[in-house]
Amino acid sequence: MTAAAPALARGNAEQRSPLALAALLLLPIAIVNAIGFLLPIINLLKLSFYQSSETGALVEIFTFNTWLRIATDTFYIQMLVRTTLISLLITLLTLLVSYPIAFFIYRSTGALRSIMVVLVISPLLTSAVVRTYGWVAILSEQGLVNNLLSFIGAGPYRLIFNATGIVIGLTEILMPYMILSLMAGFGRLDHRYEEASLSLGASPLRTFLTVTLPLTLPGIALGCLLCFVIAVSAFITPQLLGGGRVFLLATEIYHQAIVTLNWPVAAVLSMIVLIVFGAALALYARALQALE
Amino acid sequence: MNELGQSWTLKLLVALCLAYLLAPVVLVFPLSFSADTVMVFPPQSWGVRWYAELARNANMAEAFSVSLVLATMVTVLSLLIGIPAAYVVVRIKPAGSQFLFNLLTAPLLLPTIVLGLAMLMVFAPWGWLANWKGLIIAHLVVALPYVLRILATSLATLPHDLEEAAATLGASRLGVFFKVTLPLMAPGIVGATALCFLVSFDEVVVSLFLTGPNLKTLPVELFHYADQRPDPMVACVSTLLIVLTMAVVVVIDRSVGLARTFLK
Repeated sequence: MTAAAPALARGNAEQRSPLALAALLLLPIAIVNAIGFLLPIINLLKLSFYQSSETGALVEIFTFNTWLRIATDTFYIQMLVRTTLISLLITLLTLLVSYPIAFFIYRSTGALRSIMVVLVISPLLTSAVVRTYGWVAILSEQGLVNNLLSFIGAGPYRLIFNATGIVIGLTEILMPYMILSLMAGFGRLDHRYEEASLSLGASPLRTFLTVTLPLTLPGIALGCLLCFVIAVSAFITPQLLGGGRVFLLATEIYHQAIVTLNWPVAAVLSMIVLIVFGAALALYARALQALE
Repeated sequence: MNELGQSWTLKLLVALCLAYLLAPVVLVFPLSFSADTVMVFPPQSWGVRWYAELARNANMAEAFSVSLVLATMVTVLSLLIGIPAAYVVVRIKPAGSQFLFNLLTAPLLLPTIVLGLAMLMVFAPWGWLANWKGLIIAHLVVALPYVLRILATSLATLPHDLEEAAATLGASRLGVFFKVTLPLMAPGIVGATALCFLVSFDEVVVSLFLTGPNLKTLPVELFHYADQRPDPMVACVSTLLIVLTMAVVVVIDRSVGLARTFLK
């Protein structure tokens, strides 16, 4: 763009003023993003190649030590595997509970559709702290589920401060993202294919499995990508429902940054989150290619 | 009745999934009227005891006013910064403006835990922790992509002929913008204002890294409180936050349309 600017300016005097104007109008947003986004991210990458000394001070010499330490420490390797597996499980569960809703909204019209859209988007805009606290009220020892179970003489079960609580809560937190992605994918679905299948004598279930589901695979892929990356990096829900007893990437980043004050370790773990993001994105691109 | 979309099995399944999605949000309302000393659900006794407790809690009140001032400043600034940027991307359209738009909305793709940590490491040496400058910049980075998206959509769907007519009749670029474009963008600006205020008021992860005992936002104070003792007072604050969310949902729906903003 910068290379083209002088050429344009010479060629046409009219063109010069819009480009100068554009630069001027973009200046404020460029400054904000330079200070609050670009500089911090570059600095984060730089810090992942520093290390903490025995006393906890930052040693500002380029080194692979922090990366190597984490790559060879079974605590961190187990944490990465645990985070990935829990996130995959959450993604699968989110898909299962979201698909019926997305399918129903796609099929409904008028006021019912509008109400359903409001009911799906409202939780999305509600603070994660609030929604997670709702899960504390449902899952804790004195919560809804255990109090209901005690009526029939069962329980109490430990549903909170462990991986179970995180899976139940985070699945619900991610549902709106999955539903919106699925609905974006349903745009490709043509009702006439299903009608054709039904009129040719296929059962509704068979029509769903052989016509509807394959056509909505791109939406499923998008929703799964989105939910997986959000699950990997989620902090509030794992912290409140895990009670500091389940060690995941995001909770460990916060712990290292705020409690242990080992910034290079926190920086490397953040980079690992971004690498997992990149891997998920590559996998998504390949899945999409295979679907085409 | 032989369609899957009409069957009672599907309707029952949808109702169950919807109950799962809404249960945690719905439950905090009755819980906020619990009069028990600890969190028990369903509550054993009822009353406004915890609302009274909340009214006496100086930390929450302080955090509330911080969030209110912060969200207001961030909203005003993000409109002042976002409107010119949206105008460039949609109206001036320099070469590579789509790339530019993607670049400016990129912070949205970055996990907030990484963004918060990255800002902490740069802001700490500058003395920007528990500091208004740091919080304002951080919230602007988080909120601007949303503002930009709503404003760009709003600007792109405006009829261009009114602006062209004004220009043909001799109005300057600035005159056209303030007398024609800006008034036409009003619904987009209202929607962007509502969403930006909510995003800033509810922001918690990035703020957790940048706040301190002397300067805390409401979600940060609520998070720390809930992490230590999840008593029904959390439900009272949650109820107030849900009411705010519902108000914002209504404003967005009336101005730019909920489905149009979140469903592409």
